[in-house]
Amino acid sequence: MKELIVISGKGGTGKTSLVASFAALAGRAVLADCDVDAADLHLILDPKTWHRESFSGGKEARILVEECIACARCQAVCRFGAIRYDGPPSRTIAKTYRVEPIACEGCGVCVRFCPTDAIVFQPVVTGEWFVSETRHGAMVHARLRPGGENSGKLVTVVRTQARELAERDQCDLILVDGAPGIGCPVVASITGADMVLIVTEPTLSGLHDFERVHALVRHFGIPALLCVNKHDINPAISERIAATAERLGVRVVGTIPYDTAFTRAQLDGVSIVEYAGSSTADHVRRLWAAVARELGNGTAPEENV
Amino acid sequence: MSDPAVRPALVVAVASGKGGTGKTTVAVNLAVVAAARGLRVQLADCDVEEPNAQIFVKARIEETTPVALARPKLDAALCTGCGKCAAVCEFNAIACINGRVVIFDELCHGCGACWLICPENALTDEPRNVGVIESGSANGFRFIQGRVEIGEAAASPPIVRAVRASLGKSDLAIIDAPPGTTCPMVAAVNETGFVCLVTEPTPFGLHDLTIAVETVRELDVPMGVVINRADIGDDRVQRYCADERIPILGEIPHNLRIAQAYSRGDLIVEALPEFAPLFKGILARIERAAVR
Ligand code: SF4
Ligand code: SF4
Repeated sequence: MKELIVISGKGGTGKTSLVASFAALAGRAVLADCDVDAADLHLILDPKTWHRESFSGGKEARILVEECIACARCQAVCRFGAIRYDGPPSRTIAKTYRVEPIACEGCGVCVRFCPTDAIVFQPVVTGEWFVSETRHGAMVHARLRPGGENSGKLVTVVRTQARELAERDQCDLILVDGAPGIGCPVVASITGADMVLIVTEPTLSGLHDFERVHALVRHFGIPALLCVNKHDINPAISERIAATAERLGVRVVGTIPYDTAFTRAQLDGVSIVEYAGSSTADHVRRLWAAVARELGNGTAPEENV
Repeated sequence: MSDPAVRPALVVAVASGKGGTGKTTVAVNLAVVAAARGLRVQLADCDVEEPNAQIFVKARIEETTPVALARPKLDAALCTGCGKCAAVCEFNAIACINGRVVIFDELCHGCGACWLICPENALTDEPRNVGVIESGSANGFRFIQGRVEIGEAAASPPIVRAVRASLGKSDLAIIDAPPGTTCPMVAAVNETGFVCLVTEPTPFGLHDLTIAVETVRELDVPMGVVINRADIGDDRVQRYCADERIPILGEIPHNLRIAQAYSRGDLIVEALPEFAPLFKGILARIERAAVR
């Protein structure tokens, strides 16, 4: 079984549109949307959900007013400034301590040091994950509650579920829409993957982001490929990105021209390879063929190209 | 907000549900038009995983300050392998395997549970650099950016907070927030005077906008929307904003010259001055709606 993760140094590079196209071209694959912070793949693949489960990203501390003796131990040990001395009065004291939920990281230090066991520490539901059927195969996706913590853990849940699904259905390819950036969700998206496809744009920030995300991928020792989207917006920078890729030993497996057909396909709820009348779709097909070849080291997984 | 004598009079965060919508474009161009109007401005790039504003403002960096976070350090000679530290860590950042303690820095939040709990004092609190704050000046304003070290996944929110804490006195501070709606974005947007959400008129844009709106509502900060590449899609974003009573602050048209200026790292208001009134208008609308 092979797992391909599509990532980008920043959002909006066309990562999701490409994953949807790959799903259409791969024929048989399990899909996973690990961009849990801004999951968009479902907007193209129109999933029918048959399983959903809530997700708890961690715990949150809360101080019980009547138990608090205002000794300030919790405030002294909290390194996140989450304990405030502005809680409501109890029957015995005028002011108690309170946990500010936005600042609380859920580490539980206060809980362990409270002499009166006044702090409850319970899991909070921060999201949900789903298993669905799409026209291009099964898909695991998720939704993180706004402001929700621990997207990295949710990403891991999504990938684990996708793997189980692939094993059950004896499917030998998992296509993952990874998280953008270089933070915890993207680390969770790529660890242990077989291959990463980095999608970038020919802008100065795109070049910069590619170098940063590549450093991360190398840090985890995962083979990487590169695709330059909208390469004709600035051919000079496209060249520089290609040169940088060569220096870093990353193969450029495709370039895609700027085309508003991506947006029109999105408005129609289809991937670009399913959208009639776009010559750009051929670039995407060639890209997939090249990626599939690299993935299979010569023995490409089912390739309906 | 804290003491106005040393803090910005108004803090505006520019955010978006996801990346690539033009958030940085809006932030840098707003800073430039505000400075041109004679305001004392600070621009803070809090997109600490991918700070890009510097590409456009080309600030002279005058000062670099490392950001250190407390991390556990093991003295193996004192460790008896009791495993209490591993048991207490909520983030699985420390493991005790066959009596040997292993620390995974990337997962560590630096909360201190492990070294506070360790009965042998084998763990101590050691500050370690997880990123930097750089500051300097550009285009008539002060520029500050934070940058998290690669692989330091848990360090983004503290670095965002450190950048915000380094904002000094000024009339206006513009924060280029991290994309998304999780911890780092919340750290950048929380307790500001206004949030300017940048989106695109596409299904992806609308979907991500709705999530960003829910987040900002939870933080209870007034907000408005800038629609970028306003003519590439349909009017679902406008209808949503009307239904939700969220003001539209301005619409940036889809224009190849803007895309090319962006790709070269040029400021729109300088490369294409005909768009300066658009950004001035957005700024004026923000100033009217913001809380100081
Ligand atoms: S440690 Fe416990 S009793 Fe003391 S102030 Fe905190 S919550 Fe209250
Ligand atoms: S400091 Fe906190 S997060 Fe880091 S290893 Fe110790 S218990 Fe875990």
